Amino acid sequence: MSEQMKKYETPLLDELEKGQWPSFVKEIKAAAEWNPMANDLLGLLERSYREKIGHWKHGGIVGVMGYGGGVIGRYTDLPEEFPHVSHFHTMRINQPAGWFYTAEALRTLADIWDRHGSGLTNFHGSTGDIIFLGTRTEELEPTFEELTQAGFDLGGSGSDIRTPSCCCGMARCEWACYDTMKLTYFLTQHYQDEIHRPAFPYKFKIKCSGCPNDCVASVARADFSIIGTWRDEIQIDQEMVREYAKNGVDINKEIVALCPGKCIEWDGNTLKIDNSSCRHCMHCINVMPKALAPGKDRGAAILLGSKAPIVEGAILSSVIVPFVKLDDEDSYNDIVELIDAILEPWIEEGKNRERIGEFVQRVGLGNFLEAIGLDPQPEMIKHPRTNPYVFYENYLEEE
Amino acid sequence: MPIFEWNEIKIEVDEDGFMANPEEWNERVALALASTEGVTELTPDHWKVINYLRDYYKQYGIAPMIRKLCKETGFTLKQIYDLFPSGPAKGACKVAGLAKPTGCV
Ligand code: SF4
Ligand code: SF4
Repeated sequence: MSEQMKKYETPLLDELEKGQWPSFVKEIKAAAEWNPMANDLLGLLERSYREKIGHWKHGGIVGVMGYGGGVIGRYTDLPEEFPHVSHFHTMRINQPAGWFYTAEALRTLADIWDRHGSGLTNFHGSTGDIIFLGTRTEELEPTFEELTQAGFDLGGSGSDIRTPSCCCGMARCEWACYDTMKLTYFLTQHYQDEIHRPAFPYKFKIKCSGCPNDCVASVARADFSIIGTWRDEIQIDQEMVREYAKNGVDINKEIVALCPGKCIEWDGNTLKIDNSSCRHCMHCINVMPKALAPGKDRGAAILLGSKAPIVEGAILSSVIVPFVKLDDEDSYNDIVELIDAILEPWIEEGKNRERIGEFVQRVGLGNFLEAIGLDPQPEMIKHPRTNPYVFYENYLEEE
Repeated sequence: MPIFEWNEIKIEVDEDGFMANPEEWNERVALALASTEGVTELTPDHWKVINYLRDYYKQYGIAPMIRKLCKETGFTLKQIYDLFPSGPAKGACKVAGLAKPTGCV
C-alpha cells in the first residue's frame, strides 16, 4: 500500500487473542498489515467494543446485474473516521456441496478477494455459503465476473431460496442414508431462478442431512429439512457388541438406559432391539459404531418449518413425509414437486416476513396439508405416543 | 449525503443511490436514475412498472410485495429483470423514486 496506514490501538480486541483457540482478531490483524479495509475494520471494531454500540447501519441495497440476491449491503455510520469501511458489503458465494474444495480452488477464491475486498472471509456462514466480508459497491461487478470465470456463483440472500446445503454424506460417512451431495447439487441447479431472484414473503432454506445425527442442523435451521433415515431394522453385529462390552462399555448404563424409545434389551450376551419402538435417534449407533448401523432400507424423512428466533420465537421442523426413497432422478423430481406445492400457498397467502413454519401455524396444519395435497399421517403429530388428544375425522363422521 | 448529477439533474441520494427527497421526483429524474441501473431508455413497459410502484407507494407508504407487482403489471419476474436488470427492489423502486424498500420488494 502506497499510503501510510493508520495504526489503531486495540486494547479491548487484544483480549480476544488470549487463550489457545483461534481468534478472529488475529486474522483481522494479519489482513490489516496490508489491507486498508481490514485495518479500518480493526479500528471500528475497537470503537464498538469501547462504546458498546454497533457502528454498522442497517439494510443497504446493492447487488450485481441480473440478480436480486447474494450481496448484503453494509455501511458504517462513521465514514469520515473510518473511510475504508464506509462501504463494507458482504458477498455470499455458493459453496460446493459438502464443502469439498481443491487447494487450488481455495487459493483462487482467496486471491480474488485479496484483489477486490478486505481479504477477510468466513468459511462458512450459517447458511452454508462462503462469505466474503467487506467490499465497495464499485467492486461488486468485477468480483462477480472473476468468480463466474472461476466457476463460482453467488448464493441466495433476502426473500429467496437460500443456497441449499448438506452434510458430507456418502463422500465420507458410512451412516449416510442417501446421497446428500447429489440431491443438494440437483436442487441448487433446479432452483437457480428462485435462488438469485427473491420473490417470496421471506427466506426459504433447504438443508440435507444424511442421517438423524443431522450434522447440518437442518431440524433447527431449515424451512425444508431432508434427513436420512431407514425403515427396516438396525443392523446388529452381536460379536462386535460383545467386544464393546468386553472393552468396558457399560451397555446397560450407556445404551439401554439412555435409549429414548426404551426398546433395547441386553442380557450380557445378546442385544435385542424392538425396532417398532425405535425413534431413530442414532444414540446406540453412535456409541457402538462398529457393532450397529442404520438399516438397509434407507431413504429420508422430510420435515418442514424450522427457523431461528427472528420475528417470532424459534421453531423446530416437524415431519410432513415420514419416509421417501431417494435413489434416482425420479425421486428427486418428486422432492421438487413437493417443494413447489409447499411454496405455492405460501407465496400466494404468506404475509411479508412470515416464514413457512409460521404460515403453517397460522393457517393450521390440516388446511395446509389439504392445500398441498398430502394426507395427514400419525407421524406428523408431535409426540404421537404421549399425546392423548389425537382426533380422526372418521370418528366424527361415525357419530 | 452524496449528490448525484446527470445532465441538468442534480439530486441528493443515499449511499445506495436512492432519492433522499422523493418529492423531487419527475420523469427526467427517473431517466437520470435509470442510467445508474443499466437502463438506457424508458419504454412504455418500464413506465407501466414505475407508475404501478408509484401509485401503490402513494396509497400505502411502502413498496408492494413482488408477487403483487408481477400480478398487477402482468409481467413475470423474469420480464421485470429484463426491464430492470438490477431487479425490482434495487432497480425499479429506485427509478420510481421510492424511498429505499426495507425487505419488501
Ligand atoms: S448427518 Fe449423518 S450422514 Fe451426514 S455426516 Fe452427519 S453422521 Fe454422517
Ligand atoms: S436409535 Fe435411538 S431409539 Fe432407536 S434403538 Fe437406538 S437408542 Fe433406541
